[in-house]
Amino acid sequence: MTTLSVRVWRGGPGENGGRFETHAVPRLPAQTVLDVVTHIQRRIDPTLAYRFACRVGMCGSCAMTVNGRARWTCRTHVQAVAGDGALEIAPLAHFPVIRDLVTDMRGFFDKWAQAKGQFVPTATRNDSFARIEPAGKTRRAVDAAIECIGCGICHASCDVVGWNAGYLGPAALNRAWTLVNDPRDGGRATRLAAVAGDAGCHACHTHQSCTERCPKRLAPTASIAGLKRAAALAALKGQIA
Amino acid sequence: MSARRRQALLWLAQRASAAVLAACVVVHLATMIVAVRGGLSAAEILARTRGSLAWTAFYGAFVVAVAIHAPIGLRTILAESTGGHRRALDIAVGAFALLLLAAGLRAVFAVTVG
Repeated sequence: MTTLSVRVWRGGPGENGGRFETHAVPRLPAQTVLDVVTHIQRRIDPTLAYRFACRVGMCGSCAMTVNGRARWTCRTHVQAVAGDGALEIAPLAHFPVIRDLVTDMRGFFDKWAQAKGQFVPTATRNDSFARIEPAGKTRRAVDAAIECIGCGICHASCDVVGWNAGYLGPAALNRAWTLVNDPRDGGRATRLAAVAGDAGCHACHTHQSCTERCPKRLAPTASIAGLKRAAALAALKGQIA
Repeated sequence: MSARRRQALLWLAQRASAAVLAACVVVHLATMIVAVRGGLSAAEILARTRGSLAWTAFYGAFVVAVAIHAPIGLRTILAESTGGHRRALDIAVGAFALLLLAAGLRAVFAVTVG
């Protein structure tokens, strides 16, 4: 049986807050990075803190930095990322570290709220169902962006998030874009005002790291580009106070 | 005007000025290459540009587009790399915009009026 050499981050944030510990983990067929972390916690060191839930790429809770790149660990095969048998597993970048591989996601989801990521209903229970043309332009724009699982990989991969702490980030802006294209929603003007400017969509440099690394293969960059146009037009028309 | 509206309009101004610059740079480079390959001397070039309303309008628009486009980009770069005070930054890049405009228009004046 061959073994993997796995460096795992232990402790708090930054170089002084913790250190990498190295473990030897048995190499198995079809092994995922999450399998490796689970093996370390269950067989080597039960104090290792990490987060996961569904194990099948639905819940968005197991994202970590794997060999320097943010990935969903449950759907990342060791074979694809550790050809030389070496793995380095660290918490997501741009998130405060709570302990080991667990990060604090509160700021990330607070930004969804700041971007007005909540649906604002305009109908009551007495109204009939809204009729949305499935092949319509806005519905297709929503379809292209709606499958976000909130894993934070785009946020961890975004340079602008690293430079500008107030920046809402690709996930929150992508969510806002799905609502801007929802004809049932009544919060468009408030939402465009919330996502405009230096901390919003106009701060995006179109590096496209979010789009390249999104495990759901969404394109937040395209969503942000749509928001830039919509918000700038709203500003021009005086709809943003 | 709110800060967010102003920032969105600045983004729009940078996009619009970029579109103008794209056309201006192409025309400027093509003109330079044609003039040099055609063997025109500086005096012959000035003879064509002086008194020309078309060249005055073209290079005037070029300079205005530069004075809008560059400071907005500089403002973003400085804000991200220094995390500096926004108000001070806006004043500094505003002054830079005026400097670009003055220097550029002076050059346009020199080749079109003399």
